[in-house]
Amino acid sequence: MTITIEYYLILSAFMFFVGVAGVLIRRNAIVVFMSIELMLNSANLTLVAFSSYLGNSIGQLFVFFVMTVAAAEAAVGLAIIIAIFRNKLTVNIDEINILKW
Amino acid sequence: MFINFQEFFNLIPIIIVATGIVLSLLIEMYSKKSETILPWFSVLMFLAAGLHSLYYTKDVSIILQGMLATGGNVNVFHAIFTLGAAVVTLLSIDYIKKYGAYFGEYYIIIQTSVLGMMLMAAAKDLFVIFLGLEIMSVSFYILAGMNRKKAGANEASLKYFLLGAFATGFIVYGIALIYGSAQTTSIDFITSNFAELTKNLLFISGVLLFLIGFSFKIAAFPFHMWVPDVYEGSPTTVAALFSTGGKAAAFSAILATLFALFNGPNGNLFTPYFAVISVLSMFYGSIVAIAQTNIKRMLAYSSIAHAGYLAIGLAAGNHDAVAGVIFYLAAYTFMNLGAFGIISLLEGKDETNLDINSYAGLGNRKPLLAGLLAVLMFALAGLPPFGGFFGKYYIFVAAIKSHLTWLAILGVLSSAISVYFYLRIVVLMYFKPSENDFAIETNNNAMIAIVFSVLLIILLGIFPGTLIDLVTKFI
Repeated sequence: MTITIEYYLILSAFMFFVGVAGVLIRRNAIVVFMSIELMLNSANLTLVAFSSYLGNSIGQLFVFFVMTVAAAEAAVGLAIIIAIFRNKLTVNIDEINILKW
Repeated sequence: MFINFQEFFNLIPIIIVATGIVLSLLIEMYSKKSETILPWFSVLMFLAAGLHSLYYTKDVSIILQGMLATGGNVNVFHAIFTLGAAVVTLLSIDYIKKYGAYFGEYYIIIQTSVLGMMLMAAAKDLFVIFLGLEIMSVSFYILAGMNRKKAGANEASLKYFLLGAFATGFIVYGIALIYGSAQTTSIDFITSNFAELTKNLLFISGVLLFLIGFSFKIAAFPFHMWVPDVYEGSPTTVAALFSTGGKAAAFSAILATLFALFNGPNGNLFTPYFAVISVLSMFYGSIVAIAQTNIKRMLAYSSIAHAGYLAIGLAAGNHDAVAGVIFYLAAYTFMNLGAFGIISLLEGKDETNLDINSYAGLGNRKPLLAGLLAVLMFALAGLPPFGGFFGKYYIFVAAIKSHLTWLAILGVLSSAISVYFYLRIVVLMYFKPSENDFAIETNNNAMIAIVFSVLLIILLGIFPGTLIDLVTKFI
């Protein structure tokens, strides 16, 4: 049995929605951030699957860009989360509410 | 040769900013007085890049193996971003001392965010859109939390980061689906084969996800929840940059990527999407702004409403609408920068005096400042003869041309509602005695920036033809 492109697309769409649901439901800033990474990785999976299916390398190149940018974003994001933890001793989004949400 | 002289010459605005960033990092590293040198260095750099791009708008070309476009409206966008950033830098010089973020790197991060905006406007490939967007967004997350001791700023930064990264997830997934159905990431290919591609459901869902991601960035209604909090919590000058440069860059990216939508008289497949978000944002922004007592939150909701007016242009989807959107973005950028500039002058040490009642009696206490703010409020409300009026006028006319008269009428209604909360500030300034006489320290740098913005919107209001003709020529 060969694994066709549809399997990859369904898996990545599933991953994407798990990520979206995680962002909307979970309250811990780190977990929310992990869910966002899951969304980016589902896009990576789609790109790689299409790249192999279409036989051109643009998709694989794009994945490198996405990974690099995600690393940069993680550096900034974790720094922000640490800064807020030092101030408020919590990373729970519901308790971070000086500004009206 | 890899790059010929003409290509190099057309790329100069981006090269100036990119080399400026590297030089600024060196200045920051080796100079003990980088905080005083860097602002002037960035202002000069931004002015050089902005004036160069305005002067050479006619050099239209596509360079670097079809990755970037130069000339034409790309240069107009470059000028909006760089001149806007120059205004922000001038406003910041004294503000960040007061705010407690007196660091040289503040200016460098503004520069990197401007580089990201310029790449987005110039993009001819989804790679460049993505990279530009991320350069801009990551710089913005840092700028929002520039003072890491302030809990409010931290919170703004966290909210901006989480929702911005969430939006990026949508955009990347959208790009992945667009790539899968178009087999390439070249925007020229997508534009020329748009009709063919839209038969593919995969492509349509990709574009829709892409648009949802960008709706976060332009702060349109269902995706607006971060806007008031982020503008309130971040430094006022930085909020000015978010609401102008960030929004203009996101619109330029939509215009660049989906130019096919704006190419025919009625060929806009996504009109329903744009129409819905524009109506919701206009009315939500205008109505909720009335209830606000914090002036930064009020301007945040007003910026949601402005995103709605701009989305009418996207819904109309013809060449006039594109010209109108660019004109509106130019006018909106400078009127919002001016308004935030005046707020940053009045703001006290610990983010005090942000209540709208602090503006009572300003007409007697600081006549010049009050006069400038009154002009800016009239312009934001869209009253003639200022730039804001013609921006709305061009967009509404374009909507009527595309048989979206109902949308234009709703736009006019919503502007009428918004007049209330803008003019409330003017009424407070001139017809109410002041309640507490806090000290107002003006400074020359900020005044130059504010007067420059006000002059520009008055000029745009008196001679709208100059810009609109220039823009229309290149569509």
